[in-house]
Amino acid sequence: MARGISRRIWGNVVHVLVLGTFTILLAFPFYWMLITSFKQNLDLYTMENNPFIFNAKPTLVHVKFLFIETRFVRWLGNTAFVGVIVVAITLLLAVPAAYALARLSGRWGERLGIGIFLTYLVPPTLLFIPLSRVVAYLGLQDSLWALILVYPTFTVPFSIWLLMGFFKSIPKELEDAAMVDGLTRFGAFVKLVIPISVSGILTVVIFTFTLVTQEFVYALTFISSESNQMIGTGIPIFLVRGDVYYWGALMAACLIASLPIAFMYNLFLDRFIAGFTVGAVK
Amino acid sequence: MAVVETRDLTKVFKEGQLGAVNNVNLETREGEFLVFLGPSGSGKTTLLRMIAGLETPTSGEILIGGQVVNDLSPRERRIAMVFQSYALYPHLSVYKNIAFPLKAQNVKRELHKEKVEWAASLLGIGALLDRKPRELSGGERQRVALARAIVREPAVFLLDEPLSNLDAKLRASAREELERFHRRVGTTTIYVTHDQVEAMAMGDRIMVLNKGVVRQLGTPTDVYDNPADTFVATFLGSPPMNLAELGDVIVGFRPEHFRPVSTVTDAAVPFRFKVENIEYLGSEWIVSGTLTGGKLDGKKIFSRLSSAQNLQLGGSYDFAVPQRQLKFFDRSSEKHVEPRAVSWQ
Amino acid sequence: MAVARSKIKSIGAAQSPLLGAAMFAPAVLYILLLVGGPFLLAIFYAFSDARIGNAEMHFVGLENFRSILQSPSFRVAIRNSFVFTICSQIIVTVGANILAISLEKAFRGRGLIRFLILLPWVAPIALGAIGWKWILDSIYSVITWVLVAVHIYKPFSAPMWLGEPRLAIAAVLLVHSWRLMPFSTVILLAGRTAIPKDIPEAAAVDGAGFWRTQLQIVIPMMRPIISVAVLFGLIFTFTDMTVVYILTAGGPFDSTQTLPSLAFAMGIQGSDLAAGAAISLFLVPLLVILAYFMLRVAHRAEVN
Repeated sequence: MARGISRRIWGNVVHVLVLGTFTILLAFPFYWMLITSFKQNLDLYTMENNPFIFNAKPTLVHVKFLFIETRFVRWLGNTAFVGVIVVAITLLLAVPAAYALARLSGRWGERLGIGIFLTYLVPPTLLFIPLSRVVAYLGLQDSLWALILVYPTFTVPFSIWLLMGFFKSIPKELEDAAMVDGLTRFGAFVKLVIPISVSGILTVVIFTFTLVTQEFVYALTFISSESNQMIGTGIPIFLVRGDVYYWGALMAACLIASLPIAFMYNLFLDRFIAGFTVGAVK
Repeated sequence: MAVVETRDLTKVFKEGQLGAVNNVNLETREGEFLVFLGPSGSGKTTLLRMIAGLETPTSGEILIGGQVVNDLSPRERRIAMVFQSYALYPHLSVYKNIAFPLKAQNVKRELHKEKVEWAASLLGIGALLDRKPRELSGGERQRVALARAIVREPAVFLLDEPLSNLDAKLRASAREELERFHRRVGTTTIYVTHDQVEAMAMGDRIMVLNKGVVRQLGTPTDVYDNPADTFVATFLGSPPMNLAELGDVIVGFRPEHFRPVSTVTDAAVPFRFKVENIEYLGSEWIVSGTLTGGKLDGKKIFSRLSSAQNLQLGGSYDFAVPQRQLKFFDRSSEKHVEPRAVSWQ
Repeated sequence: MAVARSKIKSIGAAQSPLLGAAMFAPAVLYILLLVGGPFLLAIFYAFSDARIGNAEMHFVGLENFRSILQSPSFRVAIRNSFVFTICSQIIVTVGANILAISLEKAFRGRGLIRFLILLPWVAPIALGAIGWKWILDSIYSVITWVLVAVHIYKPFSAPMWLGEPRLAIAAVLLVHSWRLMPFSTVILLAGRTAIPKDIPEAAAVDGAGFWRTQLQIVIPMMRPIISVAVLFGLIFTFTDMTVVYILTAGGPFDSTQTLPSLAFAMGIQGSDLAAGAAISLFLVPLLVILAYFMLRVAHRAEVN
């Protein structure tokens, strides 16, 4: 009797230790952001102080600074603006394409699918140099429209996969029945398939939005002025004045920018994984 | 010494609810083929898994070879199990599948080949050793699962509905193979199924379970001819035993014992039978209808006949049940009681 | 019904190919223009002397490649690209498998834990990197404080985490692994739940203990999923310039440069578009190899 119990207890202890270690290692920087955001500067910048506790009273000074004396709010607005438009463009391009691919059986469908896949593997760190020239040529340098133009290059391929898997799971008979009832194929697509696919489309919306907020290279390359920055670039670059890092405000900014995305991502996690593992998991 | 024994074995999944398994006591006989029979939810699989060590009992003891094994992990119990899906390792060849238990028990490498080939030849799959499970048919997979089970020469085989995933045609031949296999190897086997035909065909003894409680444990003859209660009476036999309430007893008789009067020679109880449906199954006829007159007027009855040529839909005929084929059950407890006099009119 | 069937056939057959192409065309066109085109442009620039702000451009043959291959910072960058990518992937694969095993069975608070461990992946890369920059600050690093508190270092004598080449490399590795771990874990977890429950049970009955079951049965069965996680992870790390840019800006003394970060440094900051393009082209061979393996995994999954 004792043997079984002690084995179980030991197993539980190891389990807690392993889980705890990983969780701390992974989440610690965010905890650190949280504490730093609310610590007074004289507390932060005194080496002898125990950094894990509040040695002086917590303060909202950094948060205020962030919102009032920096362009943080403007950057949030920029990001939202770009996000919304890029989502719209992505849906317009990806939804019909994914449907066509899902219903197109045979070699062409496969080949095109593979082609789409391969474009995802061409990274921004390869394309950003020629694209910077293209952007300059179009007169879009330092404009958010440059990002709006370019971001779909990585949101569209992934969205097409996500949606392809989704559309494939809708039985063909539904559309056949609709067509017998008199709808054209395109009509069936618009009136039947799209309403059923709301959750898949919502997944694409959320995922595209998170991709937009996480992007760095293009935002760094194409945008130069402070007021046009996106969240991902404005914070690391413009919250540093000269050589001085405003760590309190920086950490507050990081936290505020990261948490909403984290919440949204968590809600739709299973769908995102399905997108990555399309085919590999049966 | 019984190979497998359980004492007051109970498993409760949710507090306050009836247990999945309630106070089961059983003792297997050396080398027997024991069947756990019952509908889904009867606890038969939970019972098997507890014996295997895959579920922990809430209370009670499990003994294998005379030793209490409650705290032992499955690997320590000297059992082998065949799952409903066969659970073959898809990434390993048939050879490696069969060799895996040997590897896991740290049997010397040199001995693997000999034992695997012995197990494979026992089941006639020597030619399949290099294949992967996905290349095999359902019947072949069953044989690989059995080979993997036997290679360790366990004290007990546990089989969890291994025939349910096969299509009907295959099932009969696979069943026969299992029976032959058991005769050849002689290991004590516990077999779980919901199919009463399988149970009757294969079992040396059948343990009928319902709602986690043992209703009867006996040979096929016992459970079929002398059911311990109405559940056993109706679960075995297809169509089920006809049951009717008369006074403070329930009277039962099997469809094959409800025949036209002319074919009955013993002392029998007569009935007037109106035929409402006739099914011709090739080897026999299933006739259903209602009784007319007497206390059981309007009662639906099934009859099983080798010939129904003379019967017509809607017609009324004289049928009878031999007196000695009547079974009696207490009305409140539903348990079997001694025959007694009843008035039919 | 026969009438209906032929009606569908005539509608379907007549409309499908054209409609399909029309629905597909915008996406294809867009990608061709904004991915295919620039890709070819990059190759073109690599053989030219393009500079930012200079409208003129001449063909210079292999000149760029020659000078790049001779520069020491390029050699460091290639080495670093491979070291960071492969080492972080090893750390992540091992760690993610352990973490996935720990998260497999439900327990109270699992949702919260999942949220917490996902944070490194969902936060914008630059912001996570900045967080680490603060943690590894040369004066106020919390790690320094802890090490001083337990007397491993005397005050003021702890190393500058991002200031010494070896430590800086370790720091970049750390941040890459940190960021990638949740992604891998979550994919592996999905793979684990796809394994039928009775396989580990059969292994237990066969006599396999916990580790044997994991290493010889479960993890081999997860090979396609692990491949997907590894291949994506390799791509994400190999093509990333953000971590290096934020954490060390390639320093100290170019010791943490990678191919992408060097391409950015020379191409954009140094205005030498041609050199930047040439450097970034060195990403292509490995990407082609990774793409090949990805396709193989997908193809195998289809076949099975």
